[in-house]
Amino acid sequence: MSSKKIIEHSEAATRFNKDSKRVDWHDETLWFVREKRDKAAHQIQDWELLRETASKIKNNVLSNIHDYLIEFEANAQKNGIKVHWAADAKEHNEIVHSILAKHDVKQMVKSKSMLTEECHLNEYLAENGVEVIDSDLGEYIVQLRKEPPSHIVLPAIHLKKEDVSETFHEHLGTEKGNFDPQYLTESARQQLRDTFLTRKASLTGVNFAIAETGEFVVCTNEGNADMGAHLADVHIACMGFEKLIPKREHLGVFLRLLARSATGQPITTFSSHFKKPRDGKEIHIVIVDNGRSTQLGREDFRNSLKCIRCGACMNTCPVYRRSGGHSYHNAVAGPIGSILAPNLDMSKNADLPFASTLCGSCTNVCPVKIDIHDQLYKWRQVLVKEGHTLSSKTMAMKTMATVLANPTVFNIAGKSGRFVMKNVPALVNNKFNKWYDHREMPAVPEESFREWYKKNSREAKEKNNEQ
Amino acid sequence: MSSKADILRKIKQNQPESVTALPDLKVLGSEQFNVLETYKTVLKNIGGYPVEVSSYDDVISYIKTHYTNEKRIITTLPELSEIATLDWTNDDPHSLENVDLTIVKAHFGVAENSALWVTDDILGQRVSPFIAQYLAIIVNKENIFPTMHQAYDKIGNQEYGFGTFIAGPSKTADIEQSLVLGAHGARGLVVFILG
Repeated sequence: MSSKKIIEHSEAATRFNKDSKRVDWHDETLWFVREKRDKAAHQIQDWELLRETASKIKNNVLSNIHDYLIEFEANAQKNGIKVHWAADAKEHNEIVHSILAKHDVKQMVKSKSMLTEECHLNEYLAENGVEVIDSDLGEYIVQLRKEPPSHIVLPAIHLKKEDVSETFHEHLGTEKGNFDPQYLTESARQQLRDTFLTRKASLTGVNFAIAETGEFVVCTNEGNADMGAHLADVHIACMGFEKLIPKREHLGVFLRLLARSATGQPITTFSSHFKKPRDGKEIHIVIVDNGRSTQLGREDFRNSLKCIRCGACMNTCPVYRRSGGHSYHNAVAGPIGSILAPNLDMSKNADLPFASTLCGSCTNVCPVKIDIHDQLYKWRQVLVKEGHTLSSKTMAMKTMATVLANPTVFNIAGKSGRFVMKNVPALVNNKFNKWYDHREMPAVPEESFREWYKKNSREAKEKNNEQ
Repeated sequence: MSSKADILRKIKQNQPESVTALPDLKVLGSEQFNVLETYKTVLKNIGGYPVEVSSYDDVISYIKTHYTNEKRIITTLPELSEIATLDWTNDDPHSLENVDLTIVKAHFGVAENSALWVTDDILGQRVSPFIAQYLAIIVNKENIFPTMHQAYDKIGNQEYGFGTFIAGPSKTADIEQSLVLGAHGARGLVVFILG
């Protein structure tokens, strides 16, 4: 959608790492959230059973989603909700705009919805003369700064309170140099309260949609989704079709897992179940595909659609923590974003599955047991096969293949490597060699293992003894 | 309409060929712990305040003592008419913007996360627990269940237009992970545990 040139993850991460103190702070802040998650999870005796159950429910959903969608639509309509279907981002944006246009709405308040980030709804509506205000505090902050969120649960996690203070001073006229989070939050509360009271339309995301009842659930800590929805004439809720779950009772499983995995809270402050519109008011649901049905058909990658957007994989990821959400140039960053993004656009997002150490921590914390690191590895293979890798990487791999395939070449390469590192280290130990970023190479051995073995193997010794 | 047919056709074509079974939920929620103590501890940990009372009179005297500056107090409970108004449920919800304290009674509470289940019939207006500066919720002591599984067993096929679990006051940690109570909703939550 955006015409901006994409900066590859490794390049963006390099820029992010220029301020090493700030990177350390970012790393520690997210690790702190990961530790809170651990503490919360360990308090639940049945935690692993819950994960397994959630995973099985989601597997069932993916295997029967066609029927669940039909059931959900019928029940939602019975409840008086209007249901729309969007094949892609463009259609999603047009549907939202048409609902607003019908009600002559020029200003809308929105709570967090990563789907609308994925579809670039705000930009589309702005081009069509509709002003959108994001009401989640983190999203409000990044919106004022004209930045995208850097984390799906903690949108402004890349910013320090000094940055927020500066932004609020500029846009809301708060005291310059007042960094107190309490003061800054209160200022936003006052400002946004007026927004909630004056908007005729409100848009929210959807955490779970229940086929059995036709209702949907929105989870927030701030109460912003509810403030918007209960004061507006029109409530639009946008969801990817994978948000469906079969029955209301399944919420018991997911609501136990979601907030604990996300922030270590036992549950979000509000878990709001919207079943019917208020008298004389409207609720619209927009069900979006935008590549999801394609992903459903990729057997190796389909279970990425089990994701409940808790963000645990980001908080635990050593690469995410030290490269920042913006490096991923995708609405959903981190490990899960890196397996979702190539489905949307392989050539634009070919770098993302490589932005991982494949350590597997993401898979270990995932509340619905998505095999994230395996999928990252599998995406690399798909991307290489389809020709979406960097030429420098391809060259290096080809050279490596030649060297490893030929013992004589391997010997010569090893010898010259040791000679160079010992006698002219500057040739390799320079800023052009990525392996030297934040690293020291080990001391160069006098001889290779092969050379040592030639002298010390039993055969060699016997031969020496004979002489 | 054509998009719907198209999306469903693609899904049908791409979803796995056989339907996998749904898991049994009965094996969950058997954790043993002191329900009331857990409820109170968790509530305090997330910024709420539990108060044990034995009657509505106790609630009234607590409100009279602790909410001396709150001018507009609303409720849906006739038992509290002495301290709160009851005639606002059909008003424009925007007119509740100056409410200082909302007092309602929850269907039940959940010990593991201190959440309280409320639906539109007991909220008077859907926005009432969100728009007020402070919130107080009454729950019967015997209506606190251990986990969310018992909660959804209790909800069953309950009919409502809107229902929500409320756990603690509205909060945010979006600025440097510093916890601030009172983001957009209530700045404080008192839970009266009655019985």
